[in-house]
Amino acid sequence: MPSTFETVANIIAETCDIPRETIKPESHSINDLGIDSLDFLDIAFAIDKAFGIKLPLEHWTQEVNDGKATTEQYFVLKNLCARIDDLVAAKGA
Amino acid sequence: MRIEYFQLIDRIIDLDLSNLTIRAEAAVPAASTIFEGHFPGHPLMPGVLLIESMAQTTGWLIIARTKFEKMPFLAAVKEAKLRTFVTPGQLLTVSSKLVHEGSGFMIAEAAITAGGKPVCDASITLRLMPFPSTELRSSMEAMAQRIALPMEAAANG
Repeated sequence: MPSTFETVANIIAETCDIPRETIKPESHSINDLGIDSLDFLDIAFAIDKAFGIKLPLEHWTQEVNDGKATTEQYFVLKNLCARIDDLVAAKGA
Repeated sequence: MRIEYFQLIDRIIDLDLSNLTIRAEAAVPAASTIFEGHFPGHPLMPGVLLIESMAQTTGWLIIARTKFEKMPFLAAVKEAKLRTFVTPGQLLTVSSKLVHEGSGFMIAEAAITAGGKPVCDASITLRLMPFPSTELRSSMEAMAQRIALPMEAAANG
């Protein structure tokens, strides 16, 4: 079974036509990979489907806009994957 | 259909919030300045307006689903297929089904038929945002009444 990062990296590579080898756990999806908000909707859709969750993008965006969180907390891939793991765990609890 | 005002839906004929589907009627006007240019001597309903009709119908489904909480804006159109010409005076049936409810966006499969025959279809993504003005919200509420969006069903849905 692929890791969360492998699944997310493959989704990003396929959705945004980014070479898979350039996608690292430390990559910032916006600043490093250049993914814009529209492409991120496609990624969120694919992640929602793959993991059976609903990424709370609106909540995250609100937190960033309010200065309560940084984009790194949600959009650096290793952090995004940790959030996904938390959501999957919460779903199964 | 008031084509020049981008009011492309005439009437909601079915809204099913348990199955997340909607159907609407849209009568293409017999005459419009748009047909003078598209095309001279061969008037056709522009494909972009057919796509907009599917987006608007999907938007009303989302508004009913979310009870006017947010305003849907067209964000993406995928796999759009325009299968046949639509000419002035035709009556269209526009249908849509939500296939994904994300955080701040929704995705639907939409289609148009005329006389039971397929006209076009596409996957439509709409982004949901707070109503940017009270004027827009009031206008949408008035439009919902005009096109008979069953808000009672939406309120109870």
